[in-house]
Amino acid sequence: MKKLASLATAGLLLALAPLAAFAAEGQKEAKHISFAHEGPFGTFDRQQLQRGYKVYKEVCSTCHSMRFVAFRNLAEGGIFTEEQVKALAASVSVKDASTESGERPGLPADHFPSPFATEDDAKNANGGAVPPDLSLITKARPGWYGTFNQLVNGIGGPQYVYSVLTGYETAPAELAAEAPAGKHYNPYFGSGHWIGMAAPLTPGRVVYDDKPEGYEATVDEMAKDVSAFLSWTAEPKMEERKQLGFMVMIYLAVFSILLYLVKKKIWADQH
Amino acid sequence: MAGHSSYTPKTAIEKWLHERLPIVAFAKDHALDFPTPKNLNYWWTFGGILAVMLVVQIITGIVLVMHYTPHVDMAFNSVEQIMRDVNYGWLIRYMHANGASMFFIAVYIHMFRGMYYGSYKAPREVLWILGVVIYLIMMATAFMGYVLPWGQMSFWGAKVITNLFSAIPFFGDAITTWLWGGYAVDNPTLNRFFSLHYLLPFVLAAVIGLHLWALHVPGNNNPTGVSVKSGQDTVPFHPYYTMKDAFAIAVFFLFFAFWIFYQPNYLGHAINYEPANPLVTPAHIVPEWYYLPFYAILRAIPSKLGGVIAMFGSILILFVLPWLDTSKVRSGTYRPIFKGFFWIFAIVCVALGYLGSKPPEGAYVIWGRILTAYYFAHFIVILPLLGLLESPKPLPASISDAVLSKKSKKLAPAE
Repeated sequence: MKKLASLATAGLLLALAPLAAFAAEGQKEAKHISFAHEGPFGTFDRQQLQRGYKVYKEVCSTCHSMRFVAFRNLAEGGIFTEEQVKALAASVSVKDASTESGERPGLPADHFPSPFATEDDAKNANGGAVPPDLSLITKARPGWYGTFNQLVNGIGGPQYVYSVLTGYETAPAELAAEAPAGKHYNPYFGSGHWIGMAAPLTPGRVVYDDKPEGYEATVDEMAKDVSAFLSWTAEPKMEERKQLGFMVMIYLAVFSILLYLVKKKIWADQH
Repeated sequence: MAGHSSYTPKTAIEKWLHERLPIVAFAKDHALDFPTPKNLNYWWTFGGILAVMLVVQIITGIVLVMHYTPHVDMAFNSVEQIMRDVNYGWLIRYMHANGASMFFIAVYIHMFRGMYYGSYKAPREVLWILGVVIYLIMMATAFMGYVLPWGQMSFWGAKVITNLFSAIPFFGDAITTWLWGGYAVDNPTLNRFFSLHYLLPFVLAAVIGLHLWALHVPGNNNPTGVSVKSGQDTVPFHPYYTMKDAFAIAVFFLFFAFWIFYQPNYLGHAINYEPANPLVTPAHIVPEWYYLPFYAILRAIPSKLGGVIAMFGSILILFVLPWLDTSKVRSGTYRPIFKGFFWIFAIVCVALGYLGSKPPEGAYVIWGRILTAYYFAHFIVILPLLGLLESPKPLPASISDAVLSKKSKKLAPAE
């Protein structure tokens, strides 16, 4: 019976094995950096999310939409205070057909405004490629593959974003010749290594409010912070999930032990 | 289940009800007193686990429907709304999505248990056939459920699978158009999948009712495969198996909770977090893990129609399994050669699953063909021949004999 059990367990694990997806040809595995929110007890670093929001706001949001996130979420997630969120929302103008001018200052309930009115506008402004919505990007883009690798390390979504942002290189000579017009070489990019987006970050591009005046943020810092922020936008309930999960697991473990003891007692007269 | 019910209505109201609808007596006979072989091991707890999983899926599903919008422009958004704005919506959705995988893990264990211990053999053929019907309905339900979030893999998976029907000669295209409700996978497709995804679990519940009925006529098989001979061989279902099942269910929930809370997206596809886009084909269209062996069989045959026939055939062949296995001995425990072939078959199924996840090229195709051939050979050649050629080990005289000899072996000092 033991043999049967271990064989079945092995079989089950193997059955789960084929989950791995595939890397696009020539895609480089994302850089293995770690984030505060990883692991079964990991929580988001609020300071980092604030900086990440600023990078998103000042750099990414000029081309990328973030349809599923509202300003109020920033307060709900404990990233900014309600007052700060009101001010952040009010700083953008939102389309509202019910007002006379068709626009009004944003409210906390408003979602982040999209940079383009329609998908066609986005396409036309970006050389034919629509910049993807960033709300879920860290859940939609694996940084690495492999069944056990992903089980242990996650899919590497934020690492993917980080690696693309910091992964611009000069194309190797044999590839440079076939460079498509207006595309940039990035071996970490998921769909072929030619990416429409030019390297968006340059040193000091975003001024960090929590750093002393004159501090020049590095590309590495900005990329890391915005990747952390995009992990939060993809899964704002992640901390709640892990915390509740821990309690549920403990409860079930204790409950299982109690049930086992009851079962043993009941069966005692049969053994 | 012969004999009179041990239930005697005592009060006037109990008597009144009993004469009109003997439901209390029925429940007592079938849920409490039901004589069950006393040697069932933990592999037998998966039936109970499956029943609980169906309830979990139905309850979480009904709550999800309260917030979901079945429209191509709104489905993806409404799922995200559930994840972000509905109270504990993330929990309900992760339970439902991972619950489907848990359901399949449990059903595969349940099926392989039935195969190992010969639970499909007389007099349980109808029980087994109903089980295969349940499995087919499960597969259809899960497939349609995966389409509902309307992500990239939802859309392209739906397209690939529905396209299979176009392989049918003469009527193929007409059938596909009819399934789609149009000339492409679009809003009508999503709507009908939603409708059927809500309907089928209740059909499933009804067929499970029949499955249990068919179980309660001959009673449970057991690890020795020897039929129950006397009251000595059985214990009442309650409290013995209610408690054993409850313990197993709690442990299974622990496993389930791990996926919900710590790896909620591992069993799905990352690309399904991207909204469906009919203009962008994903690099690799792969079905959910529980379909992969059949996907491998589909692709092993070089012709489309042949592949579709082989794929459906690989499931339909289970219907005739009770008659393909010619051995009179039920349990694999007493069939030394069968035992080996059983495990080879199990490994082949897993290997086919692995191949199903790989692109159909090179060695993967060759292996896919070899293992597909083996899959069918197991049923058509190996099982019928084994029953005729193999000489089984002596069977215990009864279940209690088997239990007693096992106990004395345990107690006896090493020789």
